[in-house]
Amino acid sequence: MPSAGDAMSMIFETLPFLLGGLWTTLFVSMAVVVISLLIGIPLGCALVFGPAWARLPIRLYADFVRGVPILVLLYFIYYGLPALRINLPSLLAAIVALTAFKSAQIVEITRGAFQAIPKGQTEAAQSIGLGLFDRFVYVLAPQAVRRFLPPFINSVVDTVKGSSLVSLLGIVDLLLSLQQVIGRTHVALPLYVLGALMYFAINFPLSALSRRLEKRFV
Amino acid sequence: MSNAAPQPVIEIANLTKSFGALQVLKGVDLSVEKGQVIAIIGPSGSGKTTLLRCINFLEEYDGGSVRIDGVEVGFSEANGKRRRRTERELAHIRVDAAMVFQQFNLFPHLTAAQNIMLGLIKSRGKSKAEARSIAERWLARVGLSAKIDAMPGQLSGGQQQRVGIARAVAMEPKVLLLDEITSALDPELVGEVLGVVRELAAEGRTMILVTHEMAFAREVADRVVFTDQGKIMIDAPPALVFGEQPNERLRAFLARFAGLQLPAPTPAR
Amino acid sequence: MMNYHFNFAIVWRYSAKLFEGLLLSVELAAATIAIGMLIGLLLALVQIDGPRWARPLIRGYVEFVRNVPLLLLVYLVFYGIPSAIDLQYGATTSFVATLAVYSGAYLVEVLRAGLEAVPKGLIEAGKSIGLTPFGVLWHIRLPTALRIALPSLSNTYVSLFKDTSIASAIAVPELAYGMRWIETQTFRTVEVYLLATPIYLVTSYAILLLLRLAERRYAISR
Repeated sequence: MPSAGDAMSMIFETLPFLLGGLWTTLFVSMAVVVISLLIGIPLGCALVFGPAWARLPIRLYADFVRGVPILVLLYFIYYGLPALRINLPSLLAAIVALTAFKSAQIVEITRGAFQAIPKGQTEAAQSIGLGLFDRFVYVLAPQAVRRFLPPFINSVVDTVKGSSLVSLLGIVDLLLSLQQVIGRTHVALPLYVLGALMYFAINFPLSALSRRLEKRFV
Repeated sequence: MSNAAPQPVIEIANLTKSFGALQVLKGVDLSVEKGQVIAIIGPSGSGKTTLLRCINFLEEYDGGSVRIDGVEVGFSEANGKRRRRTERELAHIRVDAAMVFQQFNLFPHLTAAQNIMLGLIKSRGKSKAEARSIAERWLARVGLSAKIDAMPGQLSGGQQQRVGIARAVAMEPKVLLLDEITSALDPELVGEVLGVVRELAAEGRTMILVTHEMAFAREVADRVVFTDQGKIMIDAPPALVFGEQPNERLRAFLARFAGLQLPAPTPAR
Repeated sequence: MMNYHFNFAIVWRYSAKLFEGLLLSVELAAATIAIGMLIGLLLALVQIDGPRWARPLIRGYVEFVRNVPLLLLVYLVFYGIPSAIDLQYGATTSFVATLAVYSGAYLVEVLRAGLEAVPKGLIEAGKSIGLTPFGVLWHIRLPTALRIALPSLSNTYVSLFKDTSIASAIAVPELAYGMRWIETQTFRTVEVYLLATPIYLVTSYAILLLLRLAERRYAISR
């Protein structure tokens, strides 16, 4: 085991490389979060308010994706798409795979947020003559947002953690860059701990925010 | 009361409603004239709340009809075919049968004034300024000028319910539906809410209230309707209902309300 | 998409790998849940009834584990620890230990919520019939807490079953590993996936159904 001083200087030397991996992790996570919101929220609303012919496929999609481990989905999309002659750059394929998974989660969170609103709110809104659109915009959506945010922020944390799986596809995210540094320097444990701390530094503020919002809103 | 009576505001004919295998309304007929106050009383499960909620189609009745000013609430006739009204049509109709709820159902993210303004702007087409002044006026009428910009979470139960009443009445509906509006309140808060209802009744508003407050029903109602097992058993002025009572079930029901001082037979009002 | 020639026969020849893998996945999940429940229960009780100084420690454990990727923890335990200390263990042992510690952090929260939701009246009733604190715990608080927490526990257990797929990263021959193995042998990704996915789906739903049955019999809805 190298001395503490050696370890420290080693870490400093490799820091730029690790930061490159960190950037990839953050980029992938943010891309997945944004796209899954754009897909998941409309689908979630359709699940709650839409006609039966729309609800069924969305329900099937959400249940299917959530019954399969994210790693398996990742493998399939990443290795399966080229087999079907769909060739995407590896980063994009990974993002597509993670987004497919996360969108299903967002659908569930959206559904839960609306269903947590007491039925009396809809009745009161109907009683003063508001149509579906006005009900949605002025009464239901504002209340749903409050119930949406805490689990959503938790899912952002999940996304950051899930992004580490792209390392298994050879994409140099924080985890893989960590492993590559370990491969060169043979200093395993301290670097793994450092990596854990880096993920922790990203996620812990988000978790704390989610908890604070939960207390305030729900 | 003139004999050439104008069309009743509310006309309910042979109304039936089932929840699954359970038939809750078994053919109800009821007619309400403009300016009348009807109190509906009865044991739980008798269908009184369901009846009220059918009037604004929050419960969708199966058979029979409910008409507000001659317009059927739940269904429209086109080419001899009866079809359920669309949500948009229902929205228009429901405004005229505004409801006050047992659980208040104020919109928690809006202030008291905004709760009232929302319907005025969206359903009655008022401008924001007009809506605001109407809302302020009504809040003053129910004694809550100090709470115009308060959030529902900051109000007591009685205050919330008064806002709920203001929200319904501000729509100037043809009939006000009051669904056990004091049942969820602490006893000491009931009075302030009933006070508002009393004033509204005195103004000549058409109201239908489902209530357990027997003394209040006797005081304010023009007619008292007693429901039991899905049918209307009695539909008569309060003096008859709360006076000497031949109906077994009704006597048994009223007997449970101890302290209800049934008057000795009094001369007709 | 259209020029793909499906060839299930080749994949089917290796299907034993998938079913053996499934068996191992279930075993991993079972072992993890058993250990994780012990950890979770113990720590939940310490958090509620134990000394105050223990609480921030438990909070720290929970926060750390829940904010760090499972894959990193798996590597840390499997590669990191043996490189620093003179300790050897196989991949399966390493994974179960890691996932158990990981699951403990989630189960602590679920079980703590369950225990706190036990109505005070029940506990007082227990005391008034002369049960010792341990007796109250064993006969009243635990059974009730578990029944209350059953829905959350169900979801957590299914998640843990799915998390066993991470073991494939350190070559534990469970279902996901078997899937990758067949795929690298046959290059038939789509067919392997079409076989493996239903296996996961069916197993997940089977677990969920079993637990929902238990819920119907035992759960207390609040």
